[in-house]
Amino acid sequence: MKKIGNQTIIFNTPPYILETSSIVGPKEAEGPLAKYFDQCLEDEFWGEKTWEKAESKIVKENVNAVISKSGVPATQIDYCFAGDLLNQCISSSFGLRDINIPFFGIFGACSTFVEGMTLGSIFVDSGAAQKVLCATSSHFCSAEKQFRFPLELGNQRPPSAQWTVTGSGAAILSNENLGKECPRITCITPGKIVDMGVKDANNMGAAMAPAALDTLITHFRDTGRKPSFYDAIITGDLGHIGKEILIEMAESKGYNIKNNYNDCGVLIFDKEKQDTHSGGSRLWLCSFSIFWIFI
Amino acid sequence: MDKIETKQEYLDYVDKKSPNSPILKNCFNAFLVGGLICSIGQIIFDFCKYKGLEDTACSTIVSIVLIGLAALLTGLNIFNKIGKFAGAGSLVPITGFANSIVSPAIEYKSEGYVMGVGGKMFTVAGPVLVYGISTSIIVGIIATFFV
Repeated sequence: MKKIGNQTIIFNTPPYILETSSIVGPKEAEGPLAKYFDQCLEDEFWGEKTWEKAESKIVKENVNAVISKSGVPATQIDYCFAGDLLNQCISSSFGLRDINIPFFGIFGACSTFVEGMTLGSIFVDSGAAQKVLCATSSHFCSAEKQFRFPLELGNQRPPSAQWTVTGSGAAILSNENLGKECPRITCITPGKIVDMGVKDANNMGAAMAPAALDTLITHFRDTGRKPSFYDAIITGDLGHIGKEILIEMAESKGYNIKNNYNDCGVLIFDKEKQDTHSGGSRLWLCSFSIFWIFI
Repeated sequence: MDKIETKQEYLDYVDKKSPNSPILKNCFNAFLVGGLICSIGQIIFDFCKYKGLEDTACSTIVSIVLIGLAALLTGLNIFNKIGKFAGAGSLVPITGFANSIVSPAIEYKSEGYVMGVGGKMFTVAGPVLVYGISTSIIVGIIATFFV
């Protein structure tokens, strides 16, 4: 692998995304993407006493699912990158404690999953690992409890507020495709922190859009590609407002991404029917999307 | 679209892009539900007075009943739905205060009765208590010396 341009790494033998798996909560199961998820839960507790325990269980079951789907025994997975939104990444660490794979706990909030995939693919291409497990999770109730208000509090959410997705995504990266047709990660462009001073915690899409724009433009410059090179350009959770901002700002910088760009936060919920305001949040959705990955 | 160079330009742009809360609708709902809660309070008050209680006792009973009702509805997962519809209408009366104490108590029960329920019960209502009590002390001092 080698670095090109300012911040892009291009792989010699692009790692395969051998298998993916996802489990989502009941609200996501009512959304337009329901049929793409491996498992949909009927309630937020899943038989557990607390939301945190439920989230750990979601991680545990999802990781077990991705391992059994892939056909690779857990003992052959070299490392695991996982994280979530809760303090000390408790959902991931409790969810993965029985699995006996060396564990890197990561926290990138909305970017955790792609961060895990990025680090994992560097491990695989460098030869440090042959198989890497990446996982992440979030839970609407545990996230509200930790970052916002108790669920029973009778407050109103502004129209720009987003809705944290309940669920988990997991993927196995591999140096060989084991005879399957798999997408590959050809290059990565880790982004910088771009703070344009948005202070409204209920308008995260607008807060994150400038960083997404910066990363996209850097990626295009580093690789010499144009937006039309891609079948799809996907961001994690900019939501409806952030998506619009990104499209307009990219256009003003001379990049037209209108035709092939979309956002997972926009896709996962039906804005009109599901009362999620500006869309979903959390980038684990990328378990089935193809940002930076060219098949 | 204009070129965005500075943070202020971006913030102005975001302001334009973000939909505003439906203020008229919110105000109307708040008026309706807030008025209804106050009317219920008045009915309880008049009823107590009719039964021959003193004014101060009637007021206390109104507070107790409304707090009790709000706490019960919070526990039944109904108050947050009323609050979503009514906004300030259910939050500003004493019902909102009850809800702001009961909801963290339910939320943090999973962390135990001492550090969870006991420790986190006032996370939302805490500021109201701190500044409410502080203000009343200052007003009390002013009243003692100057009035």
